[in-house]
Amino acid sequence: MTPEELSQARITPEGEAPAIVLPKGLRRVPRGVDELATEHLIVNMGPQHPSTHGVLHILLELDGEEIIAAEASLGYLHRGIEKLAEHRRYSAVGTLLDRADYISGIHTELALAQATEQLMGIEVPEKAQWLRSLFSEIVRIASHLIAIGTYGMDIGAMAPFLYIMREREALLSVLESVTGARMMFNYVRPGGVLRDLTPEAEPLLRQFLKTFPGYLEEYHTLLTGNEIFQARVKGVGVIDRATAIAFGMSGPPLRASGFGWDVRKERPYAAYEQLRFDVPVGESGDCWDRYLVRMEEMRIAAELIEQCLDGMPEGDVMAKVPKVLKPPAGEAYSAVESPRGEVGIHLVSDGTDTPYRVHLRAPSLMNLAVVDEVMPGHKIADSVAIIGSLDIVLGEIDR
Amino acid sequence: MALDKLLGENSVIFTKSEQLFDAARANSLWYLSYGIACCAIEGLMSAGGPKFDYDRFGIFHRGSPRQADVMIVAGTVNKKMAHALRKLYDQMPEPKWVIAMGACACTGGPFREYPNVVLGVDKIVPVDVYVPGCPPRPESMQYGFMQLQDKIRNRRKEMAREQRSA
Repeated sequence: MTPEELSQARITPEGEAPAIVLPKGLRRVPRGVDELATEHLIVNMGPQHPSTHGVLHILLELDGEEIIAAEASLGYLHRGIEKLAEHRRYSAVGTLLDRADYISGIHTELALAQATEQLMGIEVPEKAQWLRSLFSEIVRIASHLIAIGTYGMDIGAMAPFLYIMREREALLSVLESVTGARMMFNYVRPGGVLRDLTPEAEPLLRQFLKTFPGYLEEYHTLLTGNEIFQARVKGVGVIDRATAIAFGMSGPPLRASGFGWDVRKERPYAAYEQLRFDVPVGESGDCWDRYLVRMEEMRIAAELIEQCLDGMPEGDVMAKVPKVLKPPAGEAYSAVESPRGEVGIHLVSDGTDTPYRVHLRAPSLMNLAVVDEVMPGHKIADSVAIIGSLDIVLGEIDR
Repeated sequence: MALDKLLGENSVIFTKSEQLFDAARANSLWYLSYGIACCAIEGLMSAGGPKFDYDRFGIFHRGSPRQADVMIVAGTVNKKMAHALRKLYDQMPEPKWVIAMGACACTGGPFREYPNVVLGVDKIVPVDVYVPGCPPRPESMQYGFMQLQDKIRNRRKEMAREQRSA
């Protein structure tokens, strides 16, 4: 299938229901020579490539500079998180799930804690709910900062990375003072959270909130206003609304395609029902829109942090839960909005102190699946821009 | 740093050329930017960022193994990845060093019960410095690099000592 045919196939007539178009024509072997007698080349991008955000391996079929077909090869970071979780107590599963989506571990923990609470019928204290929202938003900013900074590096702008790291360190010092860790928190536990805000955390956060809008302006100057950056991302990697929905995408890539689905709004959890916030939605679904949605989400997350600090209720941070959790037999699904999309935990219990099955719905996997569909027709340099704009985490994909 | 100590007050020094090269090598360790898992965020990105700043040690990242002196194995290596890791190591020019960063690269870490996980990267490539932690802090990585620098500077002495004792 030529790129023209592929793009034609994706266009659906107006008024009709969006057709689900599956990626076609992916082959690992070269197709030999066509009538113009140019040989197709298979290029392995990864597993070691500075711009694949981990150990992603993509097989690219190239006709000169142009990508004919792309296929992601997974499994380079498969380390059995789901299987090992079946042999851990409920309180220890969070330690493993932290390492699944390692840039925003707190969201996966939260999904697990909520699923466990659903099974056991635990009522979480209000303060714990607010702290969960607060830390979700802190980690959201920290994660989006990495996404933006490394995206700049992928496109060829080194400077933004150095600036985003400055703000990320400020947030990590808050996280460290409260949770005790910079990345692997294990802070959200079934029944509440580990501990209250420490005395030094709030001034640090207030200081951060004071300076962050100015820093955001800096990023806009460095990247958004940069003509080279715009030329590299505008109109590249367009994912239309129907394709995004058909592939089960979520998070910023879905919202950039014009569909304002956000779990925080649609199925509120933690304290999001009491918080006021907007959901930024893009128009065209290209890399530029995905970048802008992330920038906007960072601004909104900073506002949410302020709301959480102002409205923080008094009380306990942990419900009365037994030391060894033994949920009754049954199953539960809980989803939260992580920086990458809807991260869900499907938990099956058989009544013992270890889960029978823990399934992680990884948003990165669905968001990555679309590259097979989107990449054909682009130049090889655009492949880096497309992967970077999806902001995948391989730990979560391979798990 | 090393040259300051060598030079002292006099401007003339007598040394073996190899020793001089080692002093230079220790101060320009270019690492292969090969992040596997969680540790890459701490060991390669945070540590390379402005707060911890690898650059002041002369440590800088390279995209290609052919330009790299040292490989930081930052993350869990499984059996599918092991082949690629060895291939990358073989592509690096001599002299080369390996730092095993984090519990996974040292021993398999929290995933060592899973049969797919390699129990320590030293099963595949020779490791010079082990940095434990899950993930180690950027400061730990800097300490690891300083240990490696000491190791490189004293390489000739160690080799001579081994020859004498043999």
